[in-house]
Amino acid sequence: MAASAEEAAGSGPGSPSSARRRLSVISGHLRGSPWAPGREGPSPSPCKAQGAPAAPASGSIPKKRQELLKWNGWGYNDSKFIFNKKGQAEFTGRRYRLGGMVLPTFKEWIEKTFGASLEHKSTSRASLNVNDVPPSVVNEEFLRDLIATKISYSQDAEDRVFRGHGHCLHEIFALREGIFRRIPDIVVWPVCHEDVVKIVELACKHSLCIIPFGGGTSVSSALECPEEEKRTIVSLDTSQMNRILWIDEKNLTACVEAGIVGQDLEKQLAESGFCTGHEPDSMEFSSLGGWVATRASGMKKNIYGNIEDLVIHIKMVTPRGIVEKNCQVPRMSTGPDIHHFIMGSEGTLGVVTEVTIKIRPVPEYQKYGSVVFPNFERGVACLREVAKQRCAPASIRLVDNAQFQFGHALKPQVASIFTSFLDGLKKFYITKFKGFDPNVLCVATLLFEGDREKVLQHEKQVYDIATKFGGLAAGEDNGQRGYMLTFVIAYLRDLGLDYYIIGESFETSVPWDRVLDLCRNVKERIARECKEKGVQFAPFSTCRVTQTYDAGACVYFYFAFNYRGISDPIHVYEQIERAAREEILANGGSLSHHHGVGKLRKRWMKESISDVGLGMLRSVKEYVDPNNIFGNKNLL
Amino acid sequence: MSSDLRYAMKCYAPVIYKGLSPCKPSAIKSAVLHSEQVQYVIRQLAKETGESSDIIQEAAMEILDEMGHSMQLGAVRFFAFTLSKIFKRLFQRVCVNEEGMQRLQQAIQEHPVVLLPSHRSYVDFLMLSYLLYTYDLALPVIAAGIDFLGMKIVGELLRRAGAFFMRRSFGGNRLYWAVFAEYVKTMLRNGYAPVEFFLEGTRSRTAKTLTPKFGLLSIVMEPFFKREVFDTYLVPISISYERILEESLYAYELLGVPKPKESTSGLLKARRILSDNFGTIHIYVGQPVSLRTLASGRINRCPYNLVPRHLPQKPSEDIQEFVSDVAYKMELLQIENMVLSPWVLAAAVLLQNLPAMDFELLIEKTLWLKGLTQTFGGFIEWPDNLCAKKAITSGLALHSNVVCLVDGHVVLNDKGAEGGAVGEIVFKRALAILMCGTYRNQLLNVFVRPSLVAVALQMTRSFRKEEVYSCFSFLRDVFSDEFIFFPGISLKDFEEGCFLLTKCDAIQTTQQEIYPTDKGSVVISFLSAMFRPFLEGYQLIFRYLSKEAKAAFTEKQFIPGVRNFVFQLLEKGNTQCYEALSSDIQKNALAALVQLGAVKKKKMTNGFTYSINQEAVNKILDMFDSRIPVQKPVAARL
Repeated sequence: MAASAEEAAGSGPGSPSSARRRLSVISGHLRGSPWAPGREGPSPSPCKAQGAPAAPASGSIPKKRQELLKWNGWGYNDSKFIFNKKGQAEFTGRRYRLGGMVLPTFKEWIEKTFGASLEHKSTSRASLNVNDVPPSVVNEEFLRDLIATKISYSQDAEDRVFRGHGHCLHEIFALREGIFRRIPDIVVWPVCHEDVVKIVELACKHSLCIIPFGGGTSVSSALECPEEEKRTIVSLDTSQMNRILWIDEKNLTACVEAGIVGQDLEKQLAESGFCTGHEPDSMEFSSLGGWVATRASGMKKNIYGNIEDLVIHIKMVTPRGIVEKNCQVPRMSTGPDIHHFIMGSEGTLGVVTEVTIKIRPVPEYQKYGSVVFPNFERGVACLREVAKQRCAPASIRLVDNAQFQFGHALKPQVASIFTSFLDGLKKFYITKFKGFDPNVLCVATLLFEGDREKVLQHEKQVYDIATKFGGLAAGEDNGQRGYMLTFVIAYLRDLGLDYYIIGESFETSVPWDRVLDLCRNVKERIARECKEKGVQFAPFSTCRVTQTYDAGACVYFYFAFNYRGISDPIHVYEQIERAAREEILANGGSLSHHHGVGKLRKRWMKESISDVGLGMLRSVKEYVDPNNIFGNKNLL
Repeated sequence: MSSDLRYAMKCYAPVIYKGLSPCKPSAIKSAVLHSEQVQYVIRQLAKETGESSDIIQEAAMEILDEMGHSMQLGAVRFFAFTLSKIFKRLFQRVCVNEEGMQRLQQAIQEHPVVLLPSHRSYVDFLMLSYLLYTYDLALPVIAAGIDFLGMKIVGELLRRAGAFFMRRSFGGNRLYWAVFAEYVKTMLRNGYAPVEFFLEGTRSRTAKTLTPKFGLLSIVMEPFFKREVFDTYLVPISISYERILEESLYAYELLGVPKPKESTSGLLKARRILSDNFGTIHIYVGQPVSLRTLASGRINRCPYNLVPRHLPQKPSEDIQEFVSDVAYKMELLQIENMVLSPWVLAAAVLLQNLPAMDFELLIEKTLWLKGLTQTFGGFIEWPDNLCAKKAITSGLALHSNVVCLVDGHVVLNDKGAEGGAVGEIVFKRALAILMCGTYRNQLLNVFVRPSLVAVALQMTRSFRKEEVYSCFSFLRDVFSDEFIFFPGISLKDFEEGCFLLTKCDAIQTTQQEIYPTDKGSVVISFLSAMFRPFLEGYQLIFRYLSKEAKAAFTEKQFIPGVRNFVFQLLEKGNTQCYEALSSDIQKNALAALVQLGAVKKKKMTNGFTYSINQEAVNKILDMFDSRIPVQKPVAARL
């Protein structure tokens, strides 16, 4: 199900900060379906939720996803990196602040970093060839029963292909090559909880396999259909269950259907002056149900918490029946929390249909910031101190030098001589006057949120700590560009694929005292593995510390290389990624902080949670779903 | 003179580890003192003893001052100057494998490096530092025994040249262990300098590789286990001497004449050695071995993930086993690259033909042995295609203190043996034989596998593979402290021994049986004769334990007791096994019995106490004397 692949709501550089900035940018993605308050009215849907306000006719992402989104890559059809006629990199479309801008130094960076050349292209299939797609095998009786429920469905090849993959490298690579193995036989679109109950009943009756589908942003092979699955595979697309059922301002909670995607949720709550503050980098596309099913983490968790802190109540439909709690309370002591069987279950137990989630008033003021450190070690020490003093801003991230340079390469053309003069001065001050080595220094990006006065106070506190670790304030622009990186990088992979560059991200969580060792060793392992596997040009591997906790941090890696001269690049890539994961585990890191396990990381589950732990999970699965209706084979 | 000076003053800019953050020796000491590891132990001790932590901290500082090196380029240059003068006097040549030095240079830049030289002489670490200086490589910091500190000025100079000092035993002292371990690891983690120490723990008095010690090795491996470093290179280094500087000292020591304490005046007295010639030194720098590669798939990472890394943690069983395996592997690599001189071969031949041997015959047999050694994979350095006669003559000349040529016969140089009392004769003879044995010993670890097969063939008087293997396996267990065997691969060793014997046409094997060939008997009897001193020596010692020794004794009682026993037998002419007088064999034989469970070893306040299980010792003795067949479960695969 939906996880959090690399994609953040974009916001352009150089803008004055305001609380609504980010939200307005997100809502700017929306086209043709503005949700005007005036359109409120009784829902046309057959499902009657108590006291539900009207739902929009559709969310930001249409039922026919292919009309808006790429079939063989990340994100919107109209948004992508290209090299223009002058050979300069450019980002197309108008959805993001970077849209239509020229990135003058990017080409050089790519050539230098990857040894890539624009002359060597590896192109994707231009379009999806329907004849390559395996036929839909669906039992007639089931189809009759399904039609009787009046639930919308499709056996169209494009619809099925779109729901048969996530965004792992091998999945995208296969699409580009036009290789389709097992994909769903049929897609169904329930519009409410009752529809889901009916579908699950039918699946039990006809012995089908259901794979829930939310935003499709998985990066753990969780959406891949098991090749050996002989039953009809039903892709249960939750995207039409996207209403906010009610908002409770007294308790600051909202009950929301699980199919809603992040940008719609925030936009609709904002209309009432609220937000959830849950912003995984994939929030444009990933869904609430997906967050629950994968134990998602949001960029601003320092203020709002991760999904497990946000959720008050979950309703899930399982083959055994419906599971939920009897009340909506902040905490209860009633044995092990059943929410924790659901969160992270990755679609193996049932379908999350409705979630009551905490909401907060939209903050008054937002401010970006950045700090330059002489080296990564000092930066990590500073973040550790910030975590120790529990004064982390909404978001604090530390990127290493390679990622700092990467961010630099994505700087758009400077508008005026004055700005470029200022840039020059800044650079001179930091490198010459302060003696920072431009090939060693690293940058922390910050995002503060709250009421204005407190933000300014908070900001001072954080900068004071940074100064103790040799940090220099480096301005709002740099901070903003840092956050921009996270969303463009997902689009960048598609560009890289055109030029024999493959890459991916992976993440972990690790105790503070091991952060530096882990980062260094994983990068070194990647470099060594690449060399051994015959990768001609040194790989690009970089990391950042993206979340801080009391006891440790979340570390995020990007890894990409030029695969020219390698016959089976995906296999080589997977071997190296596996080695990197081994290295992480050997360094005391976790199997995953928020991407989840899926099928990609299953092999390490036993080691991660012990034999008995795995048995506990298995026994839950056996009770809840004895016939393995939810047969996506994730996790266990 | 001027060239030595120029050499000492040369521009010295060694390559360094890529991740090095340069710091002074004093900064390292302070980092060690304030490390979480040491502070933790200080706090623990303060809590347990009620002592104030300041006082314990001071004690830790004293330990550090006693231990720590203070490498200074000046001292290094001083050493370079004097050493180059001294070495030029002492030795004819120093041969180094250039590609080994280049590999080392590469390795030093990549990962922290641990140098593991063989230890035959004090010259070892001086020579190695000298060599690294010459090749513009980072000078190592060296774990040296603390007894060096007794040498007033020299100790301090060694310290400045990069030596750090460890007490010989500090098992019980937790503070010392913590400070020491952290000191070594800090230098390693920072990539400050290669760390050098001797796996054998002490100089081998017999030129036979000693079984490895694990303490320091497990310390240097820990930063990798805890992933504080990405990898660590272990570099086995084999240093072979054509003539060992301390040869006669060792022989006296083995016979129970105590070793002079390390002192500066002792060193000055050793000056007369300077007029002597000690031939060639061969230094073979082995391929750096990646610890990461060795550990891959072997180490369960869990224990290191679940405890904070600064807490002292007893290594798990699989770690201990791994450390032991690595130690043995490194020693086997050292052995593989030891250079064997013609004299080593001649000594082995001569010892089987005492008291005198025809010179021409010696040449002939030595040449024959050369071929056999090469078949067994020995690394022979035959100087510049010299004809056999010249090579052996020059060997004899170099070792004129041990052997001499009289009327076309080579005889042991046991001067003074004729005239004196019987005891005197025996002692002088033993001295000469032990010194000669020091050279033959260099062959033993190359020969041990085929030779024990040969011995087993003779002992069992059977051709059945099963029985021969049982006997081989028994011998391998008995001699596990005497020779270097990789732990737990008895069957593989046996197969290798058989393979080598087949390779030199000494035996033929079938599925079930092993036959010596007609011309193989020469090889078989030569090989078993080569190891006879050990078999006979152990027999004598076992006999002493079974008949003469008290039921319980200390090590201090054991050595003189068994020495007297053997000495009397020699005086009476009841045995010819002079080597049984060597305290080295005596200790090893006792250790073997402890391992076989025939002797119990108990730790008392003042050293160890041993108690004998008579029945078990007798049984082993019977097996040794071939009175009863070796009974051991046989590997099913055979």
